[in-house]
Amino acid sequence: MRVTALIERDLRLAYRRRGELVTPVIFFVIVTALFPLALSPEPALLRSLAPGVIWVAALLAGLIGQDSLFKSDYEDGSLELMLLSPIPLEWMVLLRVFTHWLVTGLPLVILSSLMALLLNYPTNAMGVLVMSLLLGTPVLSFLGAVGAGLTVGLRRGGMLLPILVLPLSVPVLIFGAAAAGRAALGDPAAAPLYFLGAMLVLALTLAPFAIAGGLRVSLES
Amino acid sequence: MYEPATSQALSVHNLAIWRGERCLCRDLSFQLSAGEALQVQGQNGAGKTTLIRVLTGLGRADEGEVRWRGESLRRTGAEYRACLAYLGHSNGVKLGLSPRENLAAFCALLALPDSGGVDDVKGVLERVGLSAQADLPCGMLSMGQRRRTALARLLLARARLWFLDEPLASLDVSGVALLTEMLKAHLAGGGIAVFATHQLLDLGPFPVKAVALGLAA
Repeated sequence: MRVTALIERDLRLAYRRRGELVTPVIFFVIVTALFPLALSPEPALLRSLAPGVIWVAALLAGLIGQDSLFKSDYEDGSLELMLLSPIPLEWMVLLRVFTHWLVTGLPLVILSSLMALLLNYPTNAMGVLVMSLLLGTPVLSFLGAVGAGLTVGLRRGGMLLPILVLPLSVPVLIFGAAAAGRAALGDPAAAPLYFLGAMLVLALTLAPFAIAGGLRVSLES
Repeated sequence: MYEPATSQALSVHNLAIWRGERCLCRDLSFQLSAGEALQVQGQNGAGKTTLIRVLTGLGRADEGEVRWRGESLRRTGAEYRACLAYLGHSNGVKLGLSPRENLAAFCALLALPDSGGVDDVKGVLERVGLSAQADLPCGMLSMGQRRRTALARLLLARARLWFLDEPLASLDVSGVALLTEMLKAHLAGGGIAVFATHQLLDLGPFPVKAVALGLAA
């Protein structure tokens, strides 16, 4: 089975429409930059807000483009071919979410350290913040993909998606922001990171089945 | 019930498909064995696409069942999917990729063995007359050329069963001739083809069965 060929195809497509991929990144930067303007540029305040701001901004930025995860495949008929392929759909979906995270989630994780500096987040806690995003954003990608799979056949699916996905994202947000917040105060942050890790394992093993199920239902009619 | 010894056959038993309140077909039964073709007839909206999707396993029938080599589709799964090639309304062609890249990705989707892939793609592109456009993004090609890319997919798949939904859409005269040739070669090789077209295709010596939809309602 040539897994790499499927990943390569998705990456090539992503590269050809790289303009679209920049949008969530710019959104993330702008949203984080808005907080000092709206609240106050006071370093101590920003420092205490930083973990929450970064995490909420990453969560919202991740939602942009999430509804297009399977949309073009649905519209051009590629999704039918995926369903008819002898390769298990769950496996292909897992690869798709991985490549999607690679081109949308990973840039956010990398950029988050820069934005955290802007918010006066302590540099010695940066490792924990990046780690929390590294564990948490893939979970968000999986949750978004479940919603995208369910709504792919709907005309206004893009509107419905955040409403479906955001409530499910709450645990990730809580533990992610908690890890980064504790680290900023110099407290041990291992426990929330472990929770994030556990959620990632759960998402990795269960979400592909939910996504594939959603896609099958969407295509049945 | 005893299954007749047509191990290669696709058979449909008492199929009923409902679309909401409307009955598309009821008590539909037929059997296709190697080298046979079936034309699904019916006016627009009669349910040709729905029937073909049920036969591929993409859609679900309300009653009855489809069997491949005597096994119900519900049990065959990936084994059945490895035997079939489907050409739907939409081409399944990525507009951002060239025909060559599209077909290479399709090889991966079929889980074809590594060997030969590239040469196969080249030969197939030549066959459908897209050698000159092989490296242009499909978004720049005409509708007919995109359709030809989709036809190239059928040749790559080497599937025993072909399901073609309006295969002639956007094809020019030579495209229709190409498809007819492809179908003949497919049937001569012991393949089975199910297609929905409004035009009659002249498949020469090969028998074409017909199913008409839209009469049940």
